[in-house]
Amino acid sequence: MNETLEKVIEILTELHEDVDFRTRERLWDDHILDSFDVVTLTSELNNEFDIVITADRLTPENFNSAQALAAMVEELEDI
Amino acid sequence: MLFTDSAFIIGLVLLCIVYFVIPKRFRWMLLLAASLAFYAYTGIGNLLYIGTTALSTYIITLLSDGFARERTQVLSLHKKDWSRDEKKAYKARMNKRRFRLLVLCLVLNFGILAVIKYGAFTVRNVNSLIGLFGGSGMKVPEFLLPMGISFYIFQTMGYAIDVYREKYPAEKNFARLLLFVSFFPQLVQGPISRYDDLSKGLFAGNGFQPRRVLFGTQRILWGYAKKMVLADRILPAVKLLISDPEQYQGVFVFLGILYYTLELYADFTGGIDITIGIGQVLGIPITENFNRPFFSKNISEYWRRWHITLGTWFKEYLFYPVSVCKPLLDLSKWSREKFGKNVGKYVPVFVSSIIVWFVTGLWHGAAWNFIVWGLMNAVIILISEILAPQYAKFHKRFAWSNTHAYDGFQALRTTLLMGFLRMFDCYRDVPLTFRMFGTMFTKWNLHVLWDGSLMQLSLSRADYVILIVGALTLFYASLRGRKGSVRKQVLEISPVLSCAMTVALLMIIVVFGAYGLGYDASQFIYNQF
Amino acid sequence: MTKRNVILYGLGMAVSAAVLLAVFQRLVQPKYMTPPSLDGNLIGDYYNSGYDHDVLFIGDCECYENFSPVTLWQDYGIPCYIRGSAQQLIWQSYYLLEDALRYEKPKVAVFNVLSMKYGEPQKEEYNRMSIEGMRWSMSKVNNIKASMTEEESFLSYVFPVLRYHSGWSSISAEDFRYFFGVKPNFFAGYYLRADVKPAANVPKGTPLTDYTFSETCWDYLNRMRTLCEENDIRLVLIKAPSLYPYWYPEWNDQITDYAAAYDLPYINFLDEEVLAETGIDYNTDTYDAGLHLNVYGAEKLSHWFGGYLRDNYALPDRSNEPLLANEYANIAARYMSEIEWQKNNLTEYGNVFGLTAQETQ
Repeated sequence: MNETLEKVIEILTELHEDVDFRTRERLWDDHILDSFDVVTLTSELNNEFDIVITADRLTPENFNSAQALAAMVEELEDI
Repeated sequence: MLFTDSAFIIGLVLLCIVYFVIPKRFRWMLLLAASLAFYAYTGIGNLLYIGTTALSTYIITLLSDGFARERTQVLSLHKKDWSRDEKKAYKARMNKRRFRLLVLCLVLNFGILAVIKYGAFTVRNVNSLIGLFGGSGMKVPEFLLPMGISFYIFQTMGYAIDVYREKYPAEKNFARLLLFVSFFPQLVQGPISRYDDLSKGLFAGNGFQPRRVLFGTQRILWGYAKKMVLADRILPAVKLLISDPEQYQGVFVFLGILYYTLELYADFTGGIDITIGIGQVLGIPITENFNRPFFSKNISEYWRRWHITLGTWFKEYLFYPVSVCKPLLDLSKWSREKFGKNVGKYVPVFVSSIIVWFVTGLWHGAAWNFIVWGLMNAVIILISEILAPQYAKFHKRFAWSNTHAYDGFQALRTTLLMGFLRMFDCYRDVPLTFRMFGTMFTKWNLHVLWDGSLMQLSLSRADYVILIVGALTLFYASLRGRKGSVRKQVLEISPVLSCAMTVALLMIIVVFGAYGLGYDASQFIYNQF
Repeated sequence: MTKRNVILYGLGMAVSAAVLLAVFQRLVQPKYMTPPSLDGNLIGDYYNSGYDHDVLFIGDCECYENFSPVTLWQDYGIPCYIRGSAQQLIWQSYYLLEDALRYEKPKVAVFNVLSMKYGEPQKEEYNRMSIEGMRWSMSKVNNIKASMTEEESFLSYVFPVLRYHSGWSSISAEDFRYFFGVKPNFFAGYYLRADVKPAANVPKGTPLTDYTFSETCWDYLNRMRTLCEENDIRLVLIKAPSLYPYWYPEWNDQITDYAAAYDLPYINFLDEEVLAETGIDYNTDTYDAGLHLNVYGAEKLSHWFGGYLRDNYALPDRSNEPLLANEYANIAARYMSEIEWQKNNLTEYGNVFGLTAQETQ
């Protein structure tokens, strides 16, 4: 477990306390994250990691699991 | 041209036959020819509009793609000798160019839409502003709205944005892009497809698969049945009820809401069934646009299940970009510091929700009633967002709120709520809508339900029987549909049953459809001339 | 699924759909068997005739309710037939003549000119009554095209189910009884009425702003004339002695001029001299106060007109031809019993069709 993933899960859990984000997948497809959550999450991640997530990255591929989110964050941190 | 025009039906049958006769590689060209013919039939001048959109998008996306390729090449060429900052600066420069191209494309095409669809509305409102200050207004421009212009422009701009975002490369063959823009089954009532979804089937030149053709035909017939048996039958009653607000108040308003809900649902989903069914016959998968919307528990969910492709379009291309744009995020940060985390969290979604719903309202029509309708949607969605934590507590506390019965109540509540909102669409006048809504609570005329007034709404006893049986059938089919395709279920029972169902659907449309001149035996009595 | 099965299922669906549609279509099509509205069957009845008529009448109700072919046969041995229908427009008359020429070559065609007043399609229901009885031919196609009102579609003539489908809720015993065919009760195209309602207070026509007949009507009159010339048929123009709809003198002048210009005979039976010769009495010879003649008036008119035809067109007396004699004997027999039946009904029920008070409502 890396630091980014831990932090992402922490932020996610703040949004939805009752979901186990470590294992849960299809967050976007199953509407666990609705569009409002996606925006809130984006803004939180931007703040937390000092990155800029642009609108074209708001896709199911990037948002379906905590792992995918963490991977996106790390990629953006690299640039 | 409408789906129910005889010319369309005859043309469709001919097209399907020719489609499967000619070699596969020509099939998409046939579709293009048919689409252009279809569009020319609605007005030859309309080809100019759709051609402009296709051509401008074609050129701009190709240029944009060229810059993207150049960027990749140059970057790999200078992989070693450029510093990170140099690379970043170069990338930014190229992306700016591509962004400018995109803006050009959007401004041009939405500009066309704005002038044609909203020109008159804008000028009229500007005129009344000028009027306030005693000035005289401008001439109100009048354009004939080319058919499906909102649909194809949105679909094409979605494509342009996707290419800009490098989701997929731009189409290099203009004829192919033109087919994507003008694909005729989608021009009447949508849906708004994405290029990567639609193009696969569009150009594949699909073989004749009996099962698919049967299912497609069944879906087309099902769509026609909804449209012609239910929607067209109840439409005169809806028109009558809203035509005379002085006479039809109280319970009539409520009836109008119910009738209009059925009319709109049957007409819109029926049209989409026809579109998707045509696609299925031809082997072209088309995105679903509805997912049992009246089973939604709240308005947000409803909008994920009703006119799905429009909702998705607005979400992807407007709501998200606006929500995460820099000014809004800055605003969010500022309000977070000022008013605390909870308030700050809501700022971007509130602002962009209001923008999106304003535009969604405008999309439906160039009039204030649509805008107010859109904003009312936003208000309800935002209120339920704010109350979400309370709801969660409520459901935790009361076990009975997690039963199927309660789900049913929520679905009914959503359906009614959406019905109330649609009154803006009916009366086309904001103050009148509020007044009529009020009469439901002030005017107690329940007696009209049994004193024969219902028979005065241009609906006969036979019409009511058909409407009730039809609505129940839709409901039953929806329930069955939760376990997967009803057509598949029937075919699995027996192929003969499936064929019988097809013939039965056809007969139902022919016999019970509300089309042509109504037959009244008394007209056929020769009365002395 | 095997290829054979696919074809079988496909065929099965197509055939069962076609059969069901055909059966349903036949059920909802009007049968026109409830008196007094029987007129819808007039046009189709022609195809049951012997196709050997020396005289063919074409026109509206002023033809098929005012002339009795039985009289023309019995008094002069002239076989004739009336191709008329409710408010038959001039192009419908033209195409019906064209259609009849596919089966026979009459010596004389008689056209009643009242329909010159209509230059546009009038009433959808009458179009149906005029056209649906025709057999399919180019004449029918052209007739449909010329006759359609704006709300109609050609397709609904090809598939009448598209027109009548909403009649499912009023399918009656009659629709089953006459499913396999109707039994029209006409006499060589004549619609017989034996009741009497004297003409009183015939309304004068209100002045019109324009009395000229439309271009369309002239065009079809010209085509009718040419068609007759080409087929060696003598065209006779008449205006039947119906007092209403009002026949304006201005209209009469135009027809008189036209007839003179092309050397056509034109008989206006409203002309007092001619009317006196026929012996028609509007107190006893009309069943609806002057709109149409009853059988007594029709017989008087036919007797006069038969003499005119015999004298001017040298039409032979064919009463000794066995085939014709047989056919017209049958018609005459039905004709006599119809008159008796109607008379009995009149005394018993007060109306010719023996309808009860409830049915006449």
